[in-house]
Amino acid sequence: MSETTPAPLPIWKKLWRSAVREPFSGDRRSRLRIVMNNLILHLHPSQVPVRTLRFTYSWGLGGLSALLVVLLAVTGAMLMFVYTPAPEKAYQSILALETLVWYGQLVRNLHHWAGNALVVVTALHLLRVFFTGAFREPRAFNWLVGVALLLLTVAANFTGYLLPWDQLAYWGITVGASIVTYVPLIGNTIAQVLLGGPEIGSATLLNFYALHLSVIPLAMLFLMSLHFWRVRKDGGLSLPRGIDEPPVTKDENVTTFSDLVRPEAVWATVTVTALVLWSMTVNAPLEPLANPDLSPNPAKAAWYFMGIQELLLHFHPLIGAIVIPGLALLGLAALPYLDSDMDSVGVYFRSRRGRWLAALSAAAGLVLTVGYVLLDEVALDLPALLPSLPTLVSNGIVPLAALLLGLFGYGALMRRLFRATRCEATLSLFILILTGFLILTLIGIFFRGPGMALMWPWDVAATVH
Amino acid sequence: MTTFPTTPDAPTSPTRRDFLKLGWGVLAGVAALEAGLASMQFALPRVSAGEFGGVIGCGPVDDFPAGSVTPFNEGRFYLARLADRGFLALYRRCTHLGCAVPWDPARGQFICPCHASAFDGTGQVLNAPAPRPLDRFAVQIIEGQVQVDTSRPLEREQFDPGQLVYA
Repeated sequence: MSETTPAPLPIWKKLWRSAVREPFSGDRRSRLRIVMNNLILHLHPSQVPVRTLRFTYSWGLGGLSALLVVLLAVTGAMLMFVYTPAPEKAYQSILALETLVWYGQLVRNLHHWAGNALVVVTALHLLRVFFTGAFREPRAFNWLVGVALLLLTVAANFTGYLLPWDQLAYWGITVGASIVTYVPLIGNTIAQVLLGGPEIGSATLLNFYALHLSVIPLAMLFLMSLHFWRVRKDGGLSLPRGIDEPPVTKDENVTTFSDLVRPEAVWATVTVTALVLWSMTVNAPLEPLANPDLSPNPAKAAWYFMGIQELLLHFHPLIGAIVIPGLALLGLAALPYLDSDMDSVGVYFRSRRGRWLAALSAAAGLVLTVGYVLLDEVALDLPALLPSLPTLVSNGIVPLAALLLGLFGYGALMRRLFRATRCEATLSLFILILTGFLILTLIGIFFRGPGMALMWPWDVAATVH
Repeated sequence: MTTFPTTPDAPTSPTRRDFLKLGWGVLAGVAALEAGLASMQFALPRVSAGEFGGVIGCGPVDDFPAGSVTPFNEGRFYLARLADRGFLALYRRCTHLGCAVPWDPARGQFICPCHASAFDGTGQVLNAPAPRPLDRFAVQIIEGQVQVDTSRPLEREQFDPGQLVYA
């Protein structure tokens, strides 16, 4: 009686087996199981509707945001080893990083550009979700989580902006924190707590360091987990469909491994490669050491706040910096609870009429915003026209009322003249406001020179350095 | 057979359950308040004496001739002595968006490099967008020495002679 016992597995094979939980054989069942057995893959369902794989529907923007966050965490952790959050040492440590540390400049560039890219990519992700109508129930709450994540992204960028302790950082944060002081009643207190004192100093740097390295990342980690979990709970991505196709509820499924994982890996490789190439060629800006005695001219906030700084040139600070951005943010958060009268989920810009109105509204936003900025620059002086009123009224409440009436009128016009549904009118208004904000941001970044005077970009470039 | 008075049809108000719930709620509220206050203490502004945020000694009164404006960079202010020999400490932070406002002695004005706000020698706005005059700091003259308390900028709607301090 001779029984052959199977040869015992070598220990590294045992280790591998214990880590992956189940051997992978490549058949359909095994491809479904691997997604459930892997922590990272498990963020996905094990199979997905084939339509959601269409790249030009989602553009992979949500996944790309997550990838950038991981990249920021890795490069950020590396930077922690060389950075000292004290005014007399911070700038020195950045110089040392750029000149003495191997690949120091590259890692700093990667962190800088990935952080800026994250603002752009999360904003584009929000636009994609809005334009395809994917923000409505059951995904309404996840839209709110997404808006919170976008705000945290901006907060992370803003706090990171101070850390190099150069002129750009010092005066960018000074202008940014001064905007906060215009919040009624509590503005000064908030600014003082944020800065850890009346002006930027060592307490500010420590505050921003703590926020940038622990509070904001932890909050983002929590909200990202909630966001991903809700994506799955709410039924995954909304299903794209043709513009004349009736709403789709079901679709043929394919396995996530690897019909979804493969294109994700390709997209991740392409974008990381692009980011590394960009960081190899373009250095993150570093100006001379922060000098509290010398404001540069012009002193600009970080680029994502230039839209608000541009508003400040046209409105009383309370209206321009607090009321208008606050109303816009409230409107953004409330969108899924206001806009629900038309089933257009899965169609870019709702309908054929929606597409046409979107183009029209973008054009209107461009013309009206540029027109108003020019008019305000050369001719319109409301405080002089209404000398008996305080500037809060003449240069704040009066133009704000005109703006709100104009927006209301625009929405009504869309409905009357073009027979737009409520949902198409909302889309038109959204695009009108979005275009206006983008144009203001571009004007602020590229068309404002010394003393915030309007000039051509090449003249701005010629005067700055 | 005894019946107990804990029948559901005669609930006392508040019931024991409600009372315990309330107790837990109050305890949780107090704990949250304590944690919140402790966190706030961590975030509150911190200043050390001697530098900006403390009291700055400027030197003897006679160092400042009438009609002079002297910058004190470490204190972030200008010590102005007007023609009538009154002292005024002007916070150099522009009231618009916080830029450092340099003194232009030729024009006798403070002109902000950021958005071209202009202020006269007493800090009054000559040119918008600044919404109010330059803030001032309290000036004290002790035994012929000028001292400026930079702990709290004093906001004002306009300049008036009551803000001046005489030796």
